[in-house]
Amino acid sequence: MRGITPSQTVGPFLKIGLERDELQYLVREDADGAIKILGHVYDGEGKPVPDAMIEIWQANIHGKYAHPDDSSESAIIEGFSGFGRSCTDKDGKFFFVTVKPGRVSGRGNTLQAPHLAVNVFARGMLKHQVTRIYFEDEIESNSEDPILNSIVEKADRNTLLAKISQSEKNNFVYSFDIHLQGEGETVFFEV
Amino acid sequence: MGENFNMADFKEYMRDGQVDHPPALYEDYKSTVLRSPSRKAVRLEHTLSEITGPIYGHGPIREGEDDLSIVEGEEAQGQRIFVSGQVLDENGKAVPNTLIEIWQCNAAGRYRHEVDQHPAPLDPNFVGGGRVVTDDRGSYKFTTIKPGAYPWGNHHNAWRPAHIHFSLFGPAFVTRLITQMYFPGDPLFPFDPIYNSIPNEKARERLISSFDLETTEPDFALSFKFDFVLRGKNSTPFEQENKS
Repeated sequence: MRGITPSQTVGPFLKIGLERDELQYLVREDADGAIKILGHVYDGEGKPVPDAMIEIWQANIHGKYAHPDDSSESAIIEGFSGFGRSCTDKDGKFFFVTVKPGRVSGRGNTLQAPHLAVNVFARGMLKHQVTRIYFEDEIESNSEDPILNSIVEKADRNTLLAKISQSEKNNFVYSFDIHLQGEGETVFFEV
Repeated sequence: MGENFNMADFKEYMRDGQVDHPPALYEDYKSTVLRSPSRKAVRLEHTLSEITGPIYGHGPIREGEDDLSIVEGEEAQGQRIFVSGQVLDENGKAVPNTLIEIWQCNAAGRYRHEVDQHPAPLDPNFVGGGRVVTDDRGSYKFTTIKPGAYPWGNHHNAWRPAHIHFSLFGPAFVTRLITQMYFPGDPLFPFDPIYNSIPNEKARERLISSFDLETTEPDFALSFKFDFVLRGKNSTPFEQENKS
């Protein structure tokens, strides 16, 4: 087996290579079922992190990933890649315009609740952290999700739930803040 | 809905090699102190969400995105170099058609970025970002300028060894990698906390490119080789009746 290439931090100048504003829009704002996910990244003192980058990976509304290893029979939607990227601004803010994904299978014969897989990068992070975004209004499917259910404390589980915060131009806006450390620390996964 | 997906179809990604990454908290690199989670990450057994990933997520690559040494026909200052190599996985399998993004400072050690206040000259003909997609054999090549070393505020008289930032996707969510490539023989290695945050010395040295005379272009550019190894799949399929 070959030795893996180790990770290093993105450093403070990541935007030179990685910032692409169009990747914040997985769908157009006026698309059917478009939602906005808006959040902030905070450090261990609650200060905003202005040099972070959030990436999301998600299935389409039918629960299908645009990837050859998804052999499910659900339909691919032309033009929906399922990938998004947002670099934080001076207030630590990031956002995505997307759709809520359908449910995809979990391990065994389970079905996962709608979720986005999330990578968090920043200066001061030697390797990115992994988390997930679920949706607070998916009460039934959340209650069946094996990964959410594996998080024992309700307060911890809550760090993975995007909350409905407002409506903007008829789109639901969900808020999802990421706390790298300390009070309200986001649950991160080792994958 | 994905009810019909057969979990026995897929193989998980290996975890063994993950020990070669740096820890979240490495106090010599001061910015990790408030940006590292205080709790242990929760182990997540791979699902379809982890073994798939954004392979079609980038727009088309334009001509010239692989060449950082020229901006609108004008040549950047500094030592022109090629950086090329192959992207493989842990099983030695090539990773074709995967996006690579890079960024770096100029030959004087200055980034074209508002936050960089190092009093070294900016080069009007150098921006410092590039992209390529690997070919069918997982190979890639950039033309650029050898970046300079530069001071930073981590500790008294701190200098970063010359490096190029690399971002790679690979075939799955869990193969995502962002790292830095260094140059052979850099005298700053022993003093750099970012480089030394990797606990295993052998793993650390994997981030050092090698000079390659064969791929230099006479009277034009020197050449450095740098291969990547991304996570690979387990050889045995995932077991359907996993009770974890």
